Amino acid sequence: MKPKGSILVVDDEEVVRESLASWLEEDGYRVDTAPDGPSALAKLAERAYAILLVDLKMPGMDGLEVLAKTRLMQPDASVIIMTAYATVDTAVQAMKQGAYDYLVKPFEPEELSLMVGKLTNAQALQQENVLLRKALKRQCEFKDMLSKSPKMEAVFELARTAAKSNSTVLILGDSGTGKEVLARAIHAESPRKDGPFVGVSCAALTESLLESELFGHEKGAFTGATGSARGKFEIAARGTLFLDEIGDISPKLQLDLLRVLDAKEFRRVGGTQLIKTDVRIIAATNRDLKKLVESGTFREDLYYRLNVIPVTLPPLRERKEDIPLLVEHFLAQLRVEMQKPLEGVCTEALEMLMAHDWPGNVRELRNVLERGAVLARGPILSPLELDLAPPAAPGGAPAETPESLREAERRHILATLKQHKWNITRSAKALGIDRVTLYNKIKRYQIREGE
Amino acid sequence: MAGPGGIWLEWIGEGPMDQEVLERVRRQVEGAFALPTRLTAVNGPPGETLDAKRGQHSSTRILRWILTGIPRSAEKVLGITDVDLFIPVLTFVFGEAQVGGSAAVVSTARLRLTYDDRPAPRDLVEGRLVKECLHELGHTFGLVHCPEVACVMSRSNSVLDVDQKRAALCRDCRQRLEDLMEERDRS
Repeated sequence: MKPKGSILVVDDEEVVRESLASWLEEDGYRVDTAPDGPSALAKLAERAYAILLVDLKMPGMDGLEVLAKTRLMQPDASVIIMTAYATVDTAVQAMKQGAYDYLVKPFEPEELSLMVGKLTNAQALQQENVLLRKALKRQCEFKDMLSKSPKMEAVFELARTAAKSNSTVLILGDSGTGKEVLARAIHAESPRKDGPFVGVSCAALTESLLESELFGHEKGAFTGATGSARGKFEIAARGTLFLDEIGDISPKLQLDLLRVLDAKEFRRVGGTQLIKTDVRIIAATNRDLKKLVESGTFREDLYYRLNVIPVTLPPLRERKEDIPLLVEHFLAQLRVEMQKPLEGVCTEALEMLMAHDWPGNVRELRNVLERGAVLARGPILSPLELDLAPPAAPGGAPAETPESLREAERRHILATLKQHKWNITRSAKALGIDRVTLYNKIKRYQIREGE
Repeated sequence: MAGPGGIWLEWIGEGPMDQEVLERVRRQVEGAFALPTRLTAVNGPPGETLDAKRGQHSSTRILRWILTGIPRSAEKVLGITDVDLFIPVLTFVFGEAQVGGSAAVVSTARLRLTYDDRPAPRDLVEGRLVKECLHELGHTFGLVHCPEVACVMSRSNSVLDVDQKRAALCRDCRQRLEDLMEERDRS
């Protein structure tokens, strides 16, 4: 069994110390007791405590003084002040000084159970959070790209080396894996970083438009060419030219491109003057270029020209350990963009994100989070807000998302309880279940009156 | 008859002992811990455990009182009483036990009532009493509270909680009890 935290009970009455210690020990806590302030401080100097239960009125050093000293000696410990004299003033003073809460003696066992349970849960979560943050810190970075996956670490290593050279880089990877982000990162790390980064999507344009886009044109080169224009090769001078979706260019343009890469010079469309190029080419595609070469769709010589330093980005499903990191990264961006206090996603939502197959890769993850951020009503995104399409179940039928069902069940139970003013018997009847089942569900879902 | 290492259930109530009910409780306890269990009655509870202002008895003081008179042949003594119990900071307790110790106490005062404070049926009260006796004795063997709602070692803060439990240990607690018993036999 996992050991629970230590609790220090500080009270001048022996029977209070003894009984409270015994009560808490039954919950599995390690409990120490101290009869007065100075003895409590001596204990604090020896051992770390998760919780202190401190009587307010004690001869000599009172509870507030113990609280103040505890805040200095063990800032992580939570202090609960116990008092028989409930005055707003002392309660306010205790809370102001950093007490977690206060209890008026005698209190209901349920009250103490809940408070101690809530505190230990919160502390466990905080500890988990610290551990998670530490784990997140063990990440590798390459400009805007983050990862803790060994595959990506290798990619970053290669990209870093490639950035230092002037060689052509070919980035391969499925849609949404971050090919352009990597290209920009390579540019930013390269000696050409002060020059422009110019991107062009080769699949988006027709052959003639792409030709003019890349090489520019002279006045009258084609219908509508009322003036001359520089192409991307010129604009990208002393910088980087990013040719996205290179697998989609026509045979004619493949040949033109090959010539430019070979001769490092070109002519504008309709022009006669040879223009020298000074660009670093980074090409990218989600297609299997080798297969295109085999089928004769892509020129082999161009393929070898481009394939100087090939870098393959793995799909997100092969680096799922990066999902929490990417979620945090994107939410931080969205927090600024949307001016919303987004803190994270709940455990169930994260489980759902981890279980998803991500055919659209990192881009899909960002879109899901962006949509969730728009819909979010609080700082923590829920599975409902993320509204992730369920993965297809075997046999083609859409799979159920148990998280969503649980959420729906909890909401329905809470609504029914409210409707019946928390009368368990009547609520159970309305829900068509027996009282014991309802009670168990209330406990399991931690539904509380007043929610 | 309880031999050395047995459990003693001591009626220390103000009213008369319900022999029939307690005999059934004894049998259940004996079965659960596989230890000879006997039923006795003593004059109690002692006057000094009463807090006149609260009209309740201090469970901690009752434990101390039990500890002063543990019979030589008893390993554990569970006092069963009809008076309402409290510890100073709480409004009431169903019982108290020394975790890994020799003494425990259980009160029927709150177990006798329904959720809306009416007298509960006798068999319901008996069922609750069995659960609370197993629970407090479980503590004396070293078991602590179990997060499993249906386990008899889960913490009960209300009769509603008691009614959700089964009169048995969950699998984990049963295993833990076996381990603790083994440790106890070795020492």
